[in-house]
Amino acid sequence: MAEFFQAIDQFPVTLKAWLMGHASGVLPEWALPLVSAALSITPILAVFPLLFALTTVIERKGLGRIQNRIGPNRVGIPLTNIRLAGFGQFIADGIKSLTKEDVVPHVADKVVHFLAPITLLIPVLLTYSVLPFGKNMVPLDLPQTGLLFFFALGASTELSVFMAGWSSRNKYSLLGAMRAIAQMVSYEIPLILSSLTVVMMAGTLSLAGIVESQADVRFGFLHGWHLFTPWGFVGFCLFLTAAAAEANRTPFDLPEAESEIIAGYFTEYSGFKFAIFFLAEYLGLFAMCGLGITLFLGGWLPPFKFLGFIPSWCWFLGKLVALILLFIWLRGTLPRLRTDQLMGFAWKFLLPMTLINLVVAALWHLSGGSVPLVVRWVVGFALLAVPYWLLGRGFEAKVGKREYRFAN
Amino acid sequence: MTPLSGYLLVSALLFCIGLAGALTRRNAIMVLIGIELMLNAANLNFIAFWRFSETPETQTGLMFALFSIAIAAAEAAVGLALIITIYRHFKTSNVDKVEELKG
Amino acid sequence: MTLPFAIIAGLTVGSAIAAMSLRNMVHCALSLVLTFAGLAGLYLQLNAEFVGFTQILVYVGAVSILIVFAILLTRSTDPKDEPATVTPWVGIAVAVAAFLTMALAVVASPVGKRVAAPAPEVSVKTLGQKLMTDYVLPLEVMALLLTAAMLGAVIIAMKDKEGQR
Repeated sequence: MAEFFQAIDQFPVTLKAWLMGHASGVLPEWALPLVSAALSITPILAVFPLLFALTTVIERKGLGRIQNRIGPNRVGIPLTNIRLAGFGQFIADGIKSLTKEDVVPHVADKVVHFLAPITLLIPVLLTYSVLPFGKNMVPLDLPQTGLLFFFALGASTELSVFMAGWSSRNKYSLLGAMRAIAQMVSYEIPLILSSLTVVMMAGTLSLAGIVESQADVRFGFLHGWHLFTPWGFVGFCLFLTAAAAEANRTPFDLPEAESEIIAGYFTEYSGFKFAIFFLAEYLGLFAMCGLGITLFLGGWLPPFKFLGFIPSWCWFLGKLVALILLFIWLRGTLPRLRTDQLMGFAWKFLLPMTLINLVVAALWHLSGGSVPLVVRWVVGFALLAVPYWLLGRGFEAKVGKREYRFAN
Repeated sequence: MTPLSGYLLVSALLFCIGLAGALTRRNAIMVLIGIELMLNAANLNFIAFWRFSETPETQTGLMFALFSIAIAAAEAAVGLALIITIYRHFKTSNVDKVEELKG
Repeated sequence: MTLPFAIIAGLTVGSAIAAMSLRNMVHCALSLVLTFAGLAGLYLQLNAEFVGFTQILVYVGAVSILIVFAILLTRSTDPKDEPATVTPWVGIAVAVAAFLTMALAVVASPVGKRVAAPAPEVSVKTLGQKLMTDYVLPLEVMALLLTAAMLGAVIIAMKDKEGQR
């Protein structure tokens, strides 16, 4: 029985090995690395756009239910009357985006306007190549610099935001682009610092290595996810907040909210280019969630050892879907932050918390053998909760007693 | 693998392109871009020499390049802040027009 | 002269020339980004992975954004009627002379014919250890420098509260 589950778990690896075995007999020597790379990329390109399509439908239905209305529920299989509870909506959206007229403003800088969506999509797709989707399933294993590769590409996406905003020759696009860039640059620092804590504890920048470092089993059945430590728990919350801001999701979506600035930096984009922006934004969100899962939630590891028969990629996908649902829930529930509140939150709250988190992680590691677990947890939590409360007070102090003024 | 002279020639070429730009362009930001190009060319030189050295495990070239990247970033920040302030005062970013101390 | 090196070097030099000679400043900045990316590719070819990705993170992700913001804040995006350079020939002559000198030095010296050793085992761990032991003084000075640069840039570019002088 165990071999059967093992076979299901590793079937992408065995499939690729079988195909490469056949290809090496047929193809010349120089083409083999290209074929190997293409075989690794194909599942990513097949699964994640499909996940994006389903997420758009689930998000609209989920938001609808949170807002006490029904989401899309009519479009099912096209050209038939089968409703499928609205899950064919993404087909309709896709056909609409592809067939809409591509309007480029007359004074727009045509080359830069054309290149901006591509410049956003390519780094985002590249970030998927270092995520470990399952056991032995990393498309590109960089043993020394895996995490740095991810963050370097994340930083490259800011440039395309600027290209989109500037090339449209539209004041509001430019303003939205500036705000978006300021937001992304500010939130990169808590993102990187909270990941740095994990790197420090795991001792490696390789993402597969970080997952391996969470594989130790405690109490006989619990895998050692970083989430199950005080610094890991707080680090995960900080990482999720910073990831939501990086991906321009509510409550941080001021640069692109419809009630604020129409569509921000991609106002002047229509049709296929808009579809690429939309796709790239959601794919970026999935990549960030994937990184959060790898760093804090144990990647492809199950929480309990006896659940290990479920395939590893199933666990990864399950955790990814759970995080996506969490982000949809946050979008429906929380109000939007204003730009100055957003920036203040990043620099004055998240940044000090990540630095304190780093110190707590170091203390946790140093007190590893000698101090009992309960004491470590209590001390760790206290060291994190007190600054959280104090910094939060610093933010609340501005709200004074409400003054009522009546017209006389 | 390309011999060391290939990398050194590319580095020299980039340096001279940056030098030409810093000497000829009139906009202050273009001069700064030229300076950044020159710094990057020097970095390439360091990394190339590190790779082709007899003892690469001392990693001196890597260290130098890392520190150089950090210094260049700090210098770009201060330089651009200065250019913005000069623009606010003189209403121009043309280096030839900022000549109050001349003569 | 391997093919990947020729392609990446050609791209880097071409975009550097474009960055220095285009009229539109934002196009110059974008070609500069391409130059930085090409240089990162060259670093990766030289097995300096950490420096290559740091180059992308710092230069493409931060310094380019700085340059672009400065271009926007100094209104250098409006096309101007004056030529970009007054007397370009002196500067170009100096640069060509410098390049010829350096190229002669490279070609004539025996250093340039060095053959590459097999790829060195660079680990970020030893890099970090060296930073904390041999290079701790430059590290601390760098921290001081970055703090001073950040504070200085903020103070220099801050608007006066009492209005423009």
